[in-house]
Amino acid sequence: MADTQRSDRHRSRLSSGVMSYASMGFYNADYQPSDTDILAAFRVTPQPGVEPEEACAAVAGESSTATWTVVWTDRLTDYETYQAKCYRVEPVPGSDPPQYIGYIAYDLDLFEEGSIANLSSSIIGNVFGFKALQALRLEDLRIPPAYVKTFQGPAHGIVMEREYLNKYGRPLLGATTKPKLGLSARNYGRVVYEALRGGLDFTKDDENINSQQFMRWRDRYLHCMEAVNRAMEDTGEIKGHYLNVTAGTMEQMYERAEFARELGSVVIMIDLTIGYTAIQSMAKWARANGVILHLHRAAHATYTRQKNHGVSFRVIAKWARLMGVDHIHAGTVVGKLEGDPGMVKGYYATCRDNINAIDPALGFYFDQDWAWMPGLFPVASGGIHAGQMHLLLDHLGEDCVMQFGGGTIGHPMGIAAGATANRVALETMLQARNEGRDYLREGPAILKQAARKCAPLQAALDTWGDISFDYQSTDTPDVVATPTAVG
Amino acid sequence: MRITQGTFSYLDDLTDTQIAAQVQYGIDRGWAPQVEFTDDPHPRNVYWEMWGLPMFDLADAAAVVHEVNRCREANSNLYLRVTLYDASRGRQTTAMQFIVNRPQHEPGFRLVRQETHDRVIRYTLQSYAAEAPHGARYDGQDPLVS
Repeated sequence: MADTQRSDRHRSRLSSGVMSYASMGFYNADYQPSDTDILAAFRVTPQPGVEPEEACAAVAGESSTATWTVVWTDRLTDYETYQAKCYRVEPVPGSDPPQYIGYIAYDLDLFEEGSIANLSSSIIGNVFGFKALQALRLEDLRIPPAYVKTFQGPAHGIVMEREYLNKYGRPLLGATTKPKLGLSARNYGRVVYEALRGGLDFTKDDENINSQQFMRWRDRYLHCMEAVNRAMEDTGEIKGHYLNVTAGTMEQMYERAEFARELGSVVIMIDLTIGYTAIQSMAKWARANGVILHLHRAAHATYTRQKNHGVSFRVIAKWARLMGVDHIHAGTVVGKLEGDPGMVKGYYATCRDNINAIDPALGFYFDQDWAWMPGLFPVASGGIHAGQMHLLLDHLGEDCVMQFGGGTIGHPMGIAAGATANRVALETMLQARNEGRDYLREGPAILKQAARKCAPLQAALDTWGDISFDYQSTDTPDVVATPTAVG
Repeated sequence: MRITQGTFSYLDDLTDTQIAAQVQYGIDRGWAPQVEFTDDPHPRNVYWEMWGLPMFDLADAAAVVHEVNRCREANSNLYLRVTLYDASRGRQTTAMQFIVNRPQHEPGFRLVRQETHDRVIRYTLQSYAAEAPHGARYDGQDPLVS
């Protein structure tokens, strides 16, 4: 920036009182983002009468250095470095009330290394309650490699987890133990044993299974590990149960995790509700102790689902990769929970790929370079069944965990039969795909043919074959919006 | 019992034509096939014996089926598998792995429970076949001398 412009800005900022955020330097259409800036795309809905540039500048200001009035103490700093700059504002076509995508650049010096707590407190800490906005949503973040490299990343990652489990070339299969609440430890372990011996790789505690009166954590762990080891004896395969270590304090979580490790569990689990710092601590623990770390995204839909306000799940998925979990629930497309196909594809790519290129259909507003940080397994869970295997494989690909809870435990011939139906459906579909068949179109016929030799699969198709959850997604791409390359 | 390791253990044993189709899928993606065999199918036995070296730069899966059959002749009563290896950056690991031969009888595993403190049990999985020395397992076939 030319020196004269700079001194003008200094002069205007000397006056006490309230200035517009834009005129304080938080809107700067000439700013060229640097390779090390963190970039954010916000969906901004201004209050009536507020200019979009001013609204977006306010977001930049309130998520960086600004307060509501001019402070002379800014002059004690190189404040232009610390100011976030909104460098572009684009209207969202067809939005009513009008929405805008505000692109904001943050200097890397604003953030502590390796801390999602710090990153999130900065970027989404205060600004979402700002009165001049009707609504605000953080759509995407570009995390530069310089910042990526300050994080641990997945405790093991997809490659190491596969080598650890000795399982290749197919999605992993899991199921959440049902009913979620009320089973005694002994009965709970029965469900685990049946599902694993029938052909699943994993079973899972649900997010709200922690340590209640009907089943304390230690009793659950002992019975689940008996079940896991019995299933390994029966199949000669490595099996695991996600032992949920979520608790009220870190000390309790470490105690539970250490007991899971002592029992030889290959995997533990945490809930997103424990908070970002606790997740990073557990990821460190998981790497140090050789235990896979599963993250259930409990409570995320309170802020990820509505298109006009909150934080997109793709941002949460990015943070999860940085924080260092090995698994995260990321949607199913065809199941019972929210998920537009393009958006879900974007979440999966965020978990797995090294480069996420700008793509409005996937919800990517920026190019994201992961600097070869290992990927993590996206987990598909919620209302999916064997009859959808061709669709699941097409939407979700190979490096994922498919979890059939009701679709295993609700099987009319029993839990083990339900598990076998899922495994046979999966292997059949993979075989057909690899042989070059048009498995997406022929999927139902392929399954039907396999079911002739597999009674459990036939029963699964008879029971659930027609079930689908066909509702309109609330979080969809702006079909006509076309984010373009930055900087 | 039937050991269910590998990508396709819940299907009928693959025919040579089906093996060729799967191998060709891998070759077309630049993966290197490798035939391996063992008399110790413990799920944590990572290192099965290599039947020759990985077949890099192969164009036609027929050569792999040929090697599978040669390995079968020498080790008809052992476990054989085909591994397809992906050397690309970010992977550098096995991409697919499936069993292509099994012993006539699969005795399976014994689960050993060591009862320790406070109801904690230490579990160990032992392969019945591996209780005998190499050469005395699965009708006397020894993977280390074949």
